[in-house]
Amino acid sequence: MSEKDIVLDLQNLRVRFETEDGIVYAVNGLDMKLEKGKAIGLVGETGAGKTTTALALLRLVPDPPGVVECDKLELNGQDVLNMGIHDLEKVRGKDISMIFQDPMTALNPVFTVGEQIAESIFLHEKCTYAEAQQRAVEMLELVGIPGERANEYPHQFSGGMKQRVVIAIALACHPQLLIADEPTTALDVTIQAQVLDLMKNLRKQYQTSLIMITHDLGIVADICDEVAVMYAGTIVEKGTLEDVFNHTKHPYTEGLFNSLPNINDRKAMLTPIKGLMPDPTNLPEGCPFHPRCPYADEDCKKPQVVRNISDSHYVRCGAYDRPGFHIERKER
Amino acid sequence: MDNNTTKRKYSVEELKKYKKRSMWAEVWRNFKKNRTAMVGLFIVIALVIIAVFSHFYYDYAADIVHQELKDRFQKPSAEHWFGTDSFGRDVFTRIVYGAQYSLSVGIVAVAISCALGTTLGVIAGFYGGVTENIILRVCEVFVGIPSVLLGIAIMAAFGQSIVVLMFAIGLVYVPMYCRTARAAVLPVRGEEYIEAARIAGVGDFGIMFKHILPNSLSPIIVQITMGVASGILTASSLSFLGLGVPLPSPEWGAMLSEGRAYIRDYGYLTIFPGLAIMITVLAFNLMGDGLRDALDPKLKQ
Repeated sequence: MSEKDIVLDLQNLRVRFETEDGIVYAVNGLDMKLEKGKAIGLVGETGAGKTTTALALLRLVPDPPGVVECDKLELNGQDVLNMGIHDLEKVRGKDISMIFQDPMTALNPVFTVGEQIAESIFLHEKCTYAEAQQRAVEMLELVGIPGERANEYPHQFSGGMKQRVVIAIALACHPQLLIADEPTTALDVTIQAQVLDLMKNLRKQYQTSLIMITHDLGIVADICDEVAVMYAGTIVEKGTLEDVFNHTKHPYTEGLFNSLPNINDRKAMLTPIKGLMPDPTNLPEGCPFHPRCPYADEDCKKPQVVRNISDSHYVRCGAYDRPGFHIERKER
Repeated sequence: MDNNTTKRKYSVEELKKYKKRSMWAEVWRNFKKNRTAMVGLFIVIALVIIAVFSHFYYDYAADIVHQELKDRFQKPSAEHWFGTDSFGRDVFTRIVYGAQYSLSVGIVAVAISCALGTTLGVIAGFYGGVTENIILRVCEVFVGIPSVLLGIAIMAAFGQSIVVLMFAIGLVYVPMYCRTARAAVLPVRGEEYIEAARIAGVGDFGIMFKHILPNSLSPIIVQITMGVASGILTASSLSFLGLGVPLPSPEWGAMLSEGRAYIRDYGYLTIFPGLAIMITVLAFNLMGDGLRDALDPKLKQ
C-alpha cells in the first residue's frame, strides 16, 4: 500500500465546545486512516461524537463555541487543517461530501432537485450551467429517478426518493471521500435496503471511500470493511469487520452486540448496557466506560493506552493487563 | 459535449417543457381567493396604467401647469370634473397626471430601501455577533429619528428634487427592511439544507443570497407592498410641507397644500387630491394584506 492510496489521514482529533455551562469534550483524541475505496463504519451511541467528528473533517464545527485541535488532517495528501476558506470551499463537495440523516430537511425547498444537483457540479467542474443541468439529470437517472423529474421541487418527492436525490448531490462531483451520517435512519425498512444497495453500487463504480456513521450494526456488517466503535469521543475498538464482529475485545463493543435482539430466541429479554452515556462536560477519569463496565476495577480509573491485538485490530481497554482476562462473548 | 448525446434521454430544451409547479403558483391561487386583495390589485394596476398613459397623453406645459386665470375656482362640472384651482388649472387633469409622481417616488424609494435594507439584514442575520450588533444598533439610531424629520433633513441638505426625494424616503425606511430581513433569515440559517449547501462547497455570498434569501422572502415581499403605501404617504407629507417634488408639479401632497388656503370656500381643492392619496394607499395596503395571507405558511394547509 503506497502513501498516496490513503484518502484520509486524521491524527489526534480533539473537539470541545466552550459553553457558558462548562466545556463539552465532544471528541478526545481520535485517529483514523482510510484507504481509497474502503469503507469504515463509525458506531456508537447518541452523543458519542460521531457527527462532530464528521463535521470536523469538513472544518464545519461552528466556531465559537467549537474548538477543533488536531495533529494532522490530510485529505488526499492535502492539509485540510491549515487551509484558507477559499480552498476549503473547493474541497467541500468536490473531494469530500456528506449525506445527511434526514432527507426531508437536507434539500432546499425553493429550488428544483435538478438545480440543486447542478449547483454542486457547476461550482466544482469547469462547465456551463446547461452542461451542469445535463449532468444533474444523468445523476438523477443514476440513482433511479426518471430524468424528467429534475424540474420538480423537493416536496413532490417521497422520503426515499429525497434521500436518493441527496445521494445524487453528494456524488455529483465524484468525491474521494463520502461521509454518510445515518443515511437510512429516517427511512422505513424496505427503502433502507434499496438506498444501501444504491450506495454500495455507486461506491464501487466511483471508488469512493466511505465513512458510515450509524448505530445499526447490521448496516456496518453489510457495507463496511472496517469498524471503529466510538464511546465518549474516543475510538475504543477498531478493526476489520472480522476482528470486531467475531473477535470482539472491548467490553463496550460486547455490550452493543448483547443489546441486539436474538433472532434464534425471540422471547429472550433484551440486555441493554446499564447506565447512561457520561456527561461530556464531566467525563470520568481513565476509561470513560468504566462506570458502566461489568469488568471494571480500580486500574480502569487510570489513563488507558491503546493495545494492538493484531495489525488491523486495536482496543483501548486496560483490563487486558490482567493475566488471563477475556470478555464473556465467545469468539466465533 | 455531443459525443454521447444519444445516450441521454432528456435534453435541457425537453426538460423546460415540463411545467414547474412552483410555490408562486400556489401563492397566486391563494391570493385570487381573497376578494379585497384582488380589488387592491386592480386599483394598483389601474393606477400604474393611468400614471404611464397620462405622461404621454397630456402635455405638461399646456395641460398641467398652464394658468387660465379667468377660469379660476370653478366648481366641479362636466367640463372640469374636479373643478379648477386658484390658477384656473383643471384639478382632474392634475390629479391624473400626479399619479406618476406618487407612484414613482413610492416604488423607487421602496426599491432603494429594500435593496439596501435587505442586504444589510441578511448580512446581520447570517454572520451574527459583532457584525449584527453594529448593523442593528445603527438601524436603531435611525429608527429613533422621526421619519418625516429625517426626510426633511435629507431634503434640506441635498436640495429639492424628485431624485433626492426618492433617496430620502428610501433611506428613511432602510431600518425597517433590515430588521424584517434579519428576523426572516434567523430561522432559515439553522436549516439543514444550509449546512448541506456549505458541504457542497457554496461560499458565504452564495449561501446568503442564493440559499437563505429566497427562503425568507415572504415577510420582505409583504413589507414591500406595505412600504410603497407608506412611501407614498411620506412623499406626500414632505410635498405638503413644501419639501417634496418642487412646484408647480402636480404632486398630490403639494396640491393639498395649495388647496389648504381655500378649504372653507373651495373644499374640492383638498378633497380630491386627498381622496387620490387615500385610495392609492388603501389599494397597496389591501394588496399587502392579501399577499401576507397568501404567503402565510400556517394558512397553507
